[in-house]
Amino acid sequence: MIELRDVVVAYDTRVILDSVNLTIQDGETLVILGGSGSGKSTLLRLLIGLQRPTSGQIIVDGVDVTTLSEEEFNKVRQKMGMVFQYSALFDSMSVGENVAFGLREHTTLSDDEIMRIVSERLGWVGLSGYESYMPNELSGGMKKRVSLARAIALDPTLILYDEPSSGLDPITSGTISMLIRGMQERLGCTSIVVTHDMQSAFYVADRIALLDKGQFIEVSKTEDFKHSPNPKVQQFIHGEAEAIDIVTRRDI
Amino acid sequence: MNWLELIGRNVITGLSNVGTAMLLIWQTIKQLKMLNIWHVLQQMAHLGVDSLPIISLTLLFAGGVMTLQITDVLITYGAQSTVGGLMAVAMGRELGPILVGVVLAGRVGAAITAEIGTMKVTEQIDALRVMAVDPIGYLVVPRVVACMIMVPILAFYGVAIGIAGGYFVATAIKGLAPATYLDSIQIFSTVSDFTLGLIKSSVFGAVIALVGAYKGMHTKMGAEAVGFSTTSSVVTSIILVFVLNYFLSTLLF
Repeated sequence: MIELRDVVVAYDTRVILDSVNLTIQDGETLVILGGSGSGKSTLLRLLIGLQRPTSGQIIVDGVDVTTLSEEEFNKVRQKMGMVFQYSALFDSMSVGENVAFGLREHTTLSDDEIMRIVSERLGWVGLSGYESYMPNELSGGMKKRVSLARAIALDPTLILYDEPSSGLDPITSGTISMLIRGMQERLGCTSIVVTHDMQSAFYVADRIALLDKGQFIEVSKTEDFKHSPNPKVQQFIHGEAEAIDIVTRRDI
Repeated sequence: MNWLELIGRNVITGLSNVGTAMLLIWQTIKQLKMLNIWHVLQQMAHLGVDSLPIISLTLLFAGGVMTLQITDVLITYGAQSTVGGLMAVAMGRELGPILVGVVLAGRVGAAITAEIGTMKVTEQIDALRVMAVDPIGYLVVPRVVACMIMVPILAFYGVAIGIAGGYFVATAIKGLAPATYLDSIQIFSTVSDFTLGLIKSSVFGAVIALVGAYKGMHTKMGAEAVGFSTTSSVVTSIILVFVLNYFLSTLLF
């Protein structure tokens, strides 16, 4: 279980996350929605320790990870996987080497066993036989799938997805959503997905949280979220633009 | 902002940068125990062996032109028997280490910053951390160790090529007898002229790799930032090589 207790992230006078509280149960898929700059990606970075909060606690399986040193956090990270917005594949390594990376660094498995796991994970994401390809030979959707295969290589208990469908066409985006759901069912892991894609959110989520101006204004089950009376939620679901004053040259 | 605030801000930024650089050095030393020999060998091949052609060309012509300039003067004063020795001492102590240092600051330092900077911009360094791998141990340490080994080797090779360039110019163009040039090397130079030069080169290697890595790790987001970091890395490395060379020469010779 993951708990966020009064988490604050602030730079000088700018508050990104404002006393955020959230509990994520084991095995659930939580989708975090929010506008650009609402603090969604910051939240993911906090959970995986790429960034430390200004104040507050993040409890992962009973341990306050905000107090851990980098070396101690590395032990926690071995149970986590992350799919980056732009895949973040190591471009000097082949697809197979990317997926094998964590296994080579953190296990004593033989080369044959590592290659077996790499083939299996690539098969799970529909990329069997792509081991020798280089990342620059792949499409955006394929890179995302390799990134997912790399994230699940060490059988994580928590997978974080940062905008998994951004920059993808609707069909590829749908494939990624199916893979997220599929991984959750196959591995039984907890998944946290940050996205703008409502269709994907409704497909993969057990619960949805809406972040606005650094605070959660709605956290509810997917069906409840769809019918929430909160006008901000409905605005987000229906993609209604916020009125802004457009000053034209003629007005000046 | 008045001038006092400007000075204050620059002093604070400067001290902060020095502090961060010191932290990187300390973390690099701490991570030495996790050294992966295979990664070091890969970097030695990539950063060192690939630099042989540029070192050969640079030092060959530097040795040649220096001989071209000094031979006439020395012949005028009847000191032609010192040409080889002068070349060997100058190459071994100063020209070899510093020219190799400058060339490698441009080639290797830039390559390290561009590679690590691009990894930073494309979130690959974050990916390393997410996969519980220390980026300093994985990226910086092998490059620093590889440079500390390869730069002296390249400097030794460069000194030999420079002396050979001088030999060619002195004998083929200026008409000096080959034996005069070679005997003079034996008479005037000592082993320490070369070994102490190599110690300097090892320090330059560490500086080039550390500056390259520091600039890469602190690249801001965007493709333009990688270019800026790379330029800054080369300029900083070259300045540090010259400044350190003075102090090391004072200390060692």
